[in-house]
Amino acid sequence: MEITLTHYLVLSAVLFAIGLIGVMRRKNLLMLFFATEILLNATNIGFAAISHYLGDLTGQMFAFFIISIAASEVAVGLGLLIVWYKRTGKIDLDIMTSMRG
Amino acid sequence: MFEAIAFYLFAALTITMFTITVMTSQALYALTAMAAGMIFISAFFFILGADFLGAIQIIVYTGAVMALYAFGMMFFDTTRNVVEKRTNPQIVFVLGTLAALMVVAIFVAPIISNNIHAVYPIEAHVGNAQAVGIVLFTKYLVPFEVAAVMLLVAMISGIILAGKKMDKSLTLMAEEEIVMMNADTVGHTEKGEH
Amino acid sequence: MELYLYIALFAPLVGSLFAGLFGATPKTYLTGLVTSGLLFASFVSSAVLLNYVMGGHTVHVELMTWMATGDLYIPFGFVVDQVSVVMMMVVTVVSTVVHIYSIGYMDHDKGFNRFFSYLSAFVFSMMVLVMSDNFAGLFIGWEGVGLCSWLLIGFWYHKESATWAANEAFIMNRIADLGMLIGIFMIYWNIGSLQYDVVFAEIGNLPMAVVTWIGIFLFIGAMGKSAQFPLHTWLADAMEGPTPVSALIHAATMVTAGVYLVVRANPVYDLIPNVGMFIASLGAFVALFAASMALVNRDMKRIIAYSTLSQLGYMFVAAGLGAYWVALFHLMAHAFFKALLFLGAGNVMHAMHDELDPFKMGGLRKVMKGTFIMMTLASVALAGIYPFAGFFSKDLILEVGFVEHHYVIYTVLLLTAGLTAFYSFRLVALIFHGEERYKLFGIHPHEAYKYMLVAMSPLLVLAIIAGSFKMTYFQLVMNLLPATQYHVHDHVTFWIMTIGTQLFVISAILFAYKKYGNWNSVPDGSSKMENRFCYKLLWNQYYIPKIYDEVFSKPYKELSRFAWKQIDLKIVDATVDAIANTIYKTGENTRDIQNGNLSSMLRWMVIGLVVLLALAVAFTVGYNAVGA
Repeated sequence: MEITLTHYLVLSAVLFAIGLIGVMRRKNLLMLFFATEILLNATNIGFAAISHYLGDLTGQMFAFFIISIAASEVAVGLGLLIVWYKRTGKIDLDIMTSMRG
Repeated sequence: MFEAIAFYLFAALTITMFTITVMTSQALYALTAMAAGMIFISAFFFILGADFLGAIQIIVYTGAVMALYAFGMMFFDTTRNVVEKRTNPQIVFVLGTLAALMVVAIFVAPIISNNIHAVYPIEAHVGNAQAVGIVLFTKYLVPFEVAAVMLLVAMISGIILAGKKMDKSLTLMAEEEIVMMNADTVGHTEKGEH
Repeated sequence: MELYLYIALFAPLVGSLFAGLFGATPKTYLTGLVTSGLLFASFVSSAVLLNYVMGGHTVHVELMTWMATGDLYIPFGFVVDQVSVVMMMVVTVVSTVVHIYSIGYMDHDKGFNRFFSYLSAFVFSMMVLVMSDNFAGLFIGWEGVGLCSWLLIGFWYHKESATWAANEAFIMNRIADLGMLIGIFMIYWNIGSLQYDVVFAEIGNLPMAVVTWIGIFLFIGAMGKSAQFPLHTWLADAMEGPTPVSALIHAATMVTAGVYLVVRANPVYDLIPNVGMFIASLGAFVALFAASMALVNRDMKRIIAYSTLSQLGYMFVAAGLGAYWVALFHLMAHAFFKALLFLGAGNVMHAMHDELDPFKMGGLRKVMKGTFIMMTLASVALAGIYPFAGFFSKDLILEVGFVEHHYVIYTVLLLTAGLTAFYSFRLVALIFHGEERYKLFGIHPHEAYKYMLVAMSPLLVLAIIAGSFKMTYFQLVMNLLPATQYHVHDHVTFWIMTIGTQLFVISAILFAYKKYGNWNSVPDGSSKMENRFCYKLLWNQYYIPKIYDEVFSKPYKELSRFAWKQIDLKIVDATVDAIANTIYKTGENTRDIQNGNLSSMLRWMVIGLVVLLALAVAFTVGYNAVGA
C-alpha cells in the first residue's frame, strides 16, 4: 500500500512518545541523555519525511542542523556530567535536589 | 511495494530498538540498542531520498555521538546494572501514551493547508548531495558557519570540563618537571587519595 | 428674628461641643458654667421669639437642603409658630435650671464634663425636634433625643444595671420608631412631601383607611417615646441615670415628645376620631395603671417616674379627645412641677448618700427646709389643688372628659387624681415627717448647695403661678390649634364637679398623712400587708417586666445564640476559613512540584505538553466543526 506522509508522521510521533517515556522514566543521567537523543531523532524523521513529500529541501536543512546541534549538545552535556561525577561520585537524579524550591 | 516493506520493517526495528533503550536496566544493552536504532533511522533517510542526510546520520550520530556515549559509560563505570528507583511507572506510561495519541490525532487529521509552495524545491534530475550542497553553502551559509563555531566551542568546553590538571601545560614544561609530577601523582595514589 | 431662632437652636449644640472637648479631662467648672450660660442665651432667645409670636407672626427659615433626589425634597427647615414656641419655652426653662442644678449635683463625679456635653446635646436634639417644620427633621430630633437619653441613662456605665436600663430604653424606643417610620413613609408615599403645611393641607384628600393607618403608626412612635402601655417598662428603669437627667428627660422633655407629635399632627387626628378615642382610652388606662404601681413602691425616684407616666396618660386623654391645647397646657404645667419634684428628690438622695427607700428616711424637714418646702408645694401642684398650676390643667382635662360625654374616662381620671394625691403625699410624709429612721443607718444629711436651691426656685414660682397663664396661652395657640372651649353648661354641675374633686383630693392627702406621717419602722418584707397578693402584684409592676423577659428577651437570646453558634460560626466562618484553607493547602501541595528532582520536573513538563496538545486538538476540532 501507498506510504503517505501520514505514515511517517505517525512513526515520528510514536518514536517521540517513546523518547518522552524514557525522559520521564530514567533516573540515571546518562540514560536520560539517551532518551533525549531519541527525541531528536524522531523529529528528524518527521522533517525528512515532510521534505520528501512536499518537495522542499528546507526540511532536510533543518534536520541537518539539528544533527549538528545535537552533537555539540552531547559534548557539552557529557563534559558537565563528568564534572558532576568528579564532585559527587554519583549520577543519580534523585540525589541531585539542591535546586529545591 | 518495496518501499512499503522497507518502511514497515525498519519501522518495527526502530521502535523495538528504542524501546529496549528506554526500558532495559543494563546500560550496555541500552547503548547498543541506541546505536542500532540510529542506523535504522538512517535507513529511513535513504528511503526518503535524503542521501546526504542519511550519510551524515551514520557518520555523526552513530559514529561520533554513540562513541562519545561509550566513552562516557566507560568513565562512569556504568557497565554494570543501573540501579534506579522507580516511582509511579503508571503515570509515566499514561502520559506517554496520551502524548502519542494526541500527536497522532493531530497528524492524522487532515492537514489544514494544501497550498504550500516549496521555498527550496527539490529538482528531480539533480542528485541529493549536489542539491544540499548548493543550498547549504548559499542560502544557509550563515547558520552553517555559526554551527561550525558552536561545534568548536563545544569541543573546547568538553576538553576543559573533562580534562585533568589543566593548569599545567605539558608542552611547555621541561622533562624533569613532568617526571616529578608523575612521581607526585604516584605518591598521592599510594597514599590512597583519589 | 432669624438670628434668635439660630441662637435658640444652636446655642446648646455649641455648648455640647465645647464641653465635649473636655470629655477626657478632670472636672472643671468651666464646662458647667459655659453650657449653662449658652442655655440661658437659648432661653432668652426663646423668650424674644415668644414675644414676637404673641404679636401674631411666625418665623420660618430654611437652613439648607438636606435631600433633593428625584421627587423627594427634604430641607433643613425650622419654624417657630405658636405650638413650637410654647415647647421651646418649656424646654429651655427646665434645661437651664437643670444645668445650673447639675453643677452642684455632679460636683463629686469624675465624668462632670462629659455629663454637660451629653446634656446639652440632648437639649439640642429636643430643640430640633420641636422646631423642625417637616416630619424628617422631627424624626432626626426624635432619634437624637433617644440617643442622648441612652448616653445619659447609662452615664455611670460601669454599673451594669445602668447600662441595661439604657439599652432597654433605647431598644424600646427603636421598636416604636419603626412604627413611626412606617407612618412617615406612608405620608410621603401618599402626599409626596413631608413638610407640615403641605401634609396637613393635603391630608383631607386621602382615603379614610390610609389616614387611619397613618394616625395609628404615628401614634405607635409616640407610644414608645411617651412610654404608654405596653412600651412603658423603660421609664421606671430609666431612673438609673443621674437625677438631673430624670428631671430633664423623663419629666419635661423627651417623654412629652410623643404628646407634641400628636398635638402637631392634630389635622390628621381630627379626621380619625376613632383612633383618637383609642388614644384617649389607652391614656386613661395608663394613668390608672401607673398610679396603682406607685402606691406601694419603695424607690423614691420610681414613684415620681410612675407619676410622670400617669400624667402622660392624662395628656394623651386630652389629645385623643381632640383637646390639643389642653394637652399642651398640661404638658407645660406638668414639666414645671415634675422637674421640681425630681430635683428635690435629687437633693434628698444626695443628703441620704444615694439611699432611695423613703422608709429609711423620715423627719428630714428639720434638716432640709428648702427642699421640704419645694417638694411639698410641687406635690400640691401635682395633686391639683387650687390655685396651683396643676388645678388648672388637670381639672381642665377632667372637664373635657365630662363635657365630651366620656363618663368612663372621666371616672378613671378622677380616681387616678385621688391616687396621685395619695402616693405623692405618701412620699412626702415618709421622707420629711415621722421619726428620723435614717439615724439607724448612720447617715448625716445636709441641705444642698445654696445656688442649687436658687436655681430650683424659678420652677417653684412657675409651678405656683402657671395657672394664670391659661388665658394668654389660649389666645396664643388658638391661632394654630382647634380652639374648642370646654364648659360644663350647667353651673350647678360645674361647681359640684370642681368642689367634689377638690374634696376628694384633699381627703386623699389627709389619709396619706394619717397613715404615713408618723411612721417609725423600716418594713422588711415580713408584714402581712407585704405578703398580700395585691401588694405583690403592684410591687412587681403586674409582673409585666418578667413577662417581657420570658416571652421576648429569653427566646430572642436563644435565637441569637443559635444564630451565632450554628449559622455564624459553622456556616459563615467555616466558609471563609474553608476558602483560606483551600488556598493554603493548594499552595502546600503544589510546593512539591519544585522539589529539585529533575525526573519529576521532566514529568511535569510532559504533563504540560499533554495539556497543551489536548487544547490544540480541541480547538482544531472545534474550529473545524464551527467552520464547516
